[in-house]
Amino acid sequence: MMDEIQKRILAEVADLHTVPEGAYNIRTNGKMAARNTTANIDIISKEDGSGIDIHIKPHTKNESVHIPVVLSESGLKELVYNDFYIGEGSDVVIVAGCGIDNCGSHDSEHDGIHRFYVGKNAKVKYVEKHYGSGSGAGKRILNPGTEVYMEEDSSMEMEMVQIKGVDSTDRRTKAELKTGASLVVRERLMTHGDQSAFSTYEVYLNGEGASTDVVSRSVARDTSYQKFDSRIIGNAPCSGHTECDAIIMDKARILAVPQLEANNLDAALIHEAAIGKIAGEQIIKLMTLGLTEEEAEEQIINGFLK
Amino acid sequence: MLELKNICYEVEEDTAQKEIICGINLTVEEGKFIVITGPNGGGKSTLAKLIAGIVQPTSGQIIWNGTDITNMSITERARMGISFAFQQPVRFKGIQVVDLLRIASGKNLNVSEACQYLSEVGLCAKDYINREVNASLSGGELKRIEIATVLARGTSLSVFDEPEAGIDLWSFQNLIKVFERMQKKNENGSILVISHQERILNIADEIVVLANGQIREHGKREDILPCLLGTSSAVEACQQLQGGMEQ
Repeated sequence: MMDEIQKRILAEVADLHTVPEGAYNIRTNGKMAARNTTANIDIISKEDGSGIDIHIKPHTKNESVHIPVVLSESGLKELVYNDFYIGEGSDVVIVAGCGIDNCGSHDSEHDGIHRFYVGKNAKVKYVEKHYGSGSGAGKRILNPGTEVYMEEDSSMEMEMVQIKGVDSTDRRTKAELKTGASLVVRERLMTHGDQSAFSTYEVYLNGEGASTDVVSRSVARDTSYQKFDSRIIGNAPCSGHTECDAIIMDKARILAVPQLEANNLDAALIHEAAIGKIAGEQIIKLMTLGLTEEEAEEQIINGFLK
Repeated sequence: MLELKNICYEVEEDTAQKEIICGINLTVEEGKFIVITGPNGGGKSTLAKLIAGIVQPTSGQIIWNGTDITNMSITERARMGISFAFQQPVRFKGIQVVDLLRIASGKNLNVSEACQYLSEVGLCAKDYINREVNASLSGGELKRIEIATVLARGTSLSVFDEPEAGIDLWSFQNLIKVFERMQKKNENGSILVISHQERILNIADEIVVLANGQIREHGKREDILPCLLGTSSAVEACQQLQGGMEQ
């Protein structure tokens, strides 16, 4: 049974208020709390106890897998490997997410390594939300690693969101795409206090017609620090676009490092990066609609990260 | 009722003080439709910003329904019933049209209520309601959304800074109908429009001619409009007329 804190975190990271439909594996404080498998989706614990393997049968359509992780014990550190084998021609939604509630004085850390093996023609929507809460001095640390291996003509859309409460994060995402595969990444990040966030993407477009679009929108407040490092490597006739759009506030610092590497004449690659404070006229406009300066700022940030 | 009493606004330019607005006295009575016109650079937009609180006067007083609002913030004035439509509407990444209308109305408008305001400015509501107020909208579309936010506020004073500028395919006639409906809906509401357009001047109760930061003329439309029409430069015409009379 989950307690109220765990339930609240689960709602934040997975939009789950009750037990989800379909396949799921809920992990709380380092142990499996609940699991369900379906005829098409199997979840198996790794023999060495280091994580789980998720097998999705070929041509599985309109099914979902939820694998939320909740840490509510102070001082817990874990490293988990989750491997997804997504069968040919399937069309699924995968919702991962990790929430840490740390009211104690010890650091809590969850390092999740997700590996996706996306079969031919398969279509995956992946949603990952990270959230931290609790007033303890112990830090909430999340270091997700994501590896994506995409077969021919597969497509994947990744939505990565980290809005609140995570003190330190070092997220690394690497993807390799074969012919005709397509990867879309939408990252939303907000840091406050003295948090730091590193976000690194490396996308290899190895097959003809492979394409990617990696877009990050972030807000850095207080004295926080963000580094966005996105690299697209075009090894075939392919197309790639990466964009970092950041709002800087207070005494925060942001470093954006978009990189392109073309190793083929027909690799068409584009990068964009913009960092700036909230435009004064945006605040003034919302004030003329009756909002205070602070309310106007909140609306602008909420809209930007929506 | 809005009263501007001896309002001056100066800026520093090359270490010298430059007067943008000098000694303006103006009363906007309830239920009146007033158009402020005059040459570019004459201080019209500045006057609108002074009323909304976006710039603060160097001297003088602004009285709104008996309360001195000279030192009040933009927010306070907005909450007291003053609305302002920008000449160049602001773009927002991520904020949707429906969000802006909700903020403007101060209520959690449902979609059909929000759509009504968009229909009033000639936008097919279902195509726009969830659009982001960003660079994907044309200048004309943004301008109409800007007007819709003022409609959603429904306050007793609405100030429009050149509402006709950039109104693409939508006709003037529709813009005029918007003003007429606003007046019908709120008989005590006042509308202050900055405009050069004859068709807008045509529906004014009063016309104010502003040039070099000063009010050159202020009176009923019937008295002011005839001397503004028929020349390329309205204000020059008035000056000539006055000059002629003095001679």
